[in-house]
Amino acid sequence: MMTWTRTLRRVIGLGAPKTADTDVQRAAATARRQAVERPPIDIAPNDPLLAYFAESRGAVSLDELQLDSPAVQALRARGSKLVVPLISQGELIGLLDLGPRLSDQEYSREDRRLLDKLAGQAAPAVRVAQLVREQESEVRARERLEQELRVAQLIQQQFLPKHLPELRGWQFAAYYHAAREVGGDFYDFIELPNEQVALVIGDVTGHGVPAALVMATTRSILRSDAPRLVSPGAVLARANTLLHGDIPPNMFVTCLYAVLEPATGRLRYANAGHDLPYVRGESGVRDLRATGMPLGLMADMTYEEKETVLDPGEGLLLHSDGLAEAHDPERNMFGFPRMRELVGRFEAGQPLIDELLNDLGRFTGAAWEQEDDITLVTLVRSEGVEDVRVLDEFEIASVSGNERQAMERVAASIRGVALAGRRLERLKTAVAEATMNAIEHGNQGRAELPVRLEVSTNDGHVVVRITDLGGGRDIPEATTPDLEAKLAGLQKPRGWGLFLIKNMVDDVRVTSDERHHTVELVMRLGGGSDGRDS
Amino acid sequence: MAETVERAVVRRRDGVTVIDMPAHIDITSEAALDTAYSEVSPKGAVLLNFTGTQYINSSGIALIVGILARARKQSRPIGAYGLSDHYREIFEVTRLADFMGLYGDEQAAIAAKR
Repeated sequence: MMTWTRTLRRVIGLGAPKTADTDVQRAAATARRQAVERPPIDIAPNDPLLAYFAESRGAVSLDELQLDSPAVQALRARGSKLVVPLISQGELIGLLDLGPRLSDQEYSREDRRLLDKLAGQAAPAVRVAQLVREQESEVRARERLEQELRVAQLIQQQFLPKHLPELRGWQFAAYYHAAREVGGDFYDFIELPNEQVALVIGDVTGHGVPAALVMATTRSILRSDAPRLVSPGAVLARANTLLHGDIPPNMFVTCLYAVLEPATGRLRYANAGHDLPYVRGESGVRDLRATGMPLGLMADMTYEEKETVLDPGEGLLLHSDGLAEAHDPERNMFGFPRMRELVGRFEAGQPLIDELLNDLGRFTGAAWEQEDDITLVTLVRSEGVEDVRVLDEFEIASVSGNERQAMERVAASIRGVALAGRRLERLKTAVAEATMNAIEHGNQGRAELPVRLEVSTNDGHVVVRITDLGGGRDIPEATTPDLEAKLAGLQKPRGWGLFLIKNMVDDVRVTSDERHHTVELVMRLGGGSDGRDS
Repeated sequence: MAETVERAVVRRRDGVTVIDMPAHIDITSEAALDTAYSEVSPKGAVLLNFTGTQYINSSGIALIVGILARARKQSRPIGAYGLSDHYREIFEVTRLADFMGLYGDEQAAIAAKR
């Protein structure tokens, strides 16, 4: 709804056509000086006034209007005398709303003619202004939504584990990928007394910032109670009590909480309505069932606690429903049976995650837009755990060139171990590169800071750990250098170090804490899949 | 050219420029390789002889990329020979082998580039 003043201001602001009648311009200027700003009134879409102006055009005196219209009543109440429809492309887009004339005389026929003319000229400009305003409002709404998604992602990423547990005889792997809208999936590993570790996976109903905040709260509750309570059922019961009452209406959290004793493989678990974990063993796949209501739904819940033993060679998969409930283009669901079958076919750990995701890709097709967060956490107990045998430990000063000395000493220490020929040369190159990075980047070339190297064999692998004092910094990911761009002079010729390391060894693990940064280079003993061992 | 040297040596053979590469190619080789390349004849093929090279690190790879870029800018053929199996593999992994011919020995390299 346009007021007299606003409409005129807008017409003038947009620049009235130079050919406009000078009377109109004069009237506009006078009104601009004299009109008092009045707030617009809203007209409901079903108000009879709108139907009236759909039928008739031109200025109308409110005293003459016989309509049962809330808008007309509102206009009369604030002293309006005359309304003039603003029509653009056949559509009513607003009204000029005029109070009594300053002379207290009625509006003359000439006044109305002038006002109709003015409305005819003003309407297109007003429409343009309305469209611009609508577009700006849409852009702002879109920006708000994007900003909310960014915040949700930030919260989510902040609270997911940065590192996997390193437990002798166990291999962990995890995958998390948020849907565009960001759901409330989370997983966690919590160190417990007596070398136990808690495994947590959960899913908060809903999306965006609210789900992310509930996820963060749940994680904090679990983390604070886990070391004290240890018992999975007690931890979930306590989390339920704390969440119930505080959690927003219609929201709840499904959560599987398990405690692993790495030395024995004993796994105690409780489940607050989360998807059943699968264990892959010699006799096939078994579900880990335990009953319990989702967290936050009802007060005073108890959670059944069960236990199993993960034998050597057995693997466990914890998962959220984002994968099993994905749909193909025909709206068929991926389903838990298909997932369970894959668990039975592939070794737990990274291979299982890779296979699940490959199969999901084949099922959904390339055009699929992820519907919900996908979280997968797997662990596998090694068949046989050989004692770690440290072959050599030493330090070098952070002086450029010392990487060659480190490389030769590592090579000498693994003489007699089943690693030779090209694979030994590859490890040597990786050791030199990683040591050079430790000297130049980790320790910033400060000679007084040592780079520490440890060479060991463990479970059929030779492992070289290279540690510097560059903790607390982000470590870049290894990317494939663009040789064409370098040859064309578009990029610097450098930047091969991380790429070489990654391509030379069977596995690279990077860990860091506030002080230290460690690169672990791993080579399988007794040859590699490339079959080029000599 | 089997002996190991810490500097690059430039020589001509059968109309081809040969650069005998240092024993260790790393960041300390930058000046030596720069000087060597500036000494090569203005025309004709260039061969990099790695027979005496025992160690190349990522900084060394970057220097070789630099030489390759200069040769390509001058539209002159460039090749390499004398690489150990390990460094041949690195030339393949880094795709340097896609841009320069790799030969077993000097004779084969000169025959190809002459």
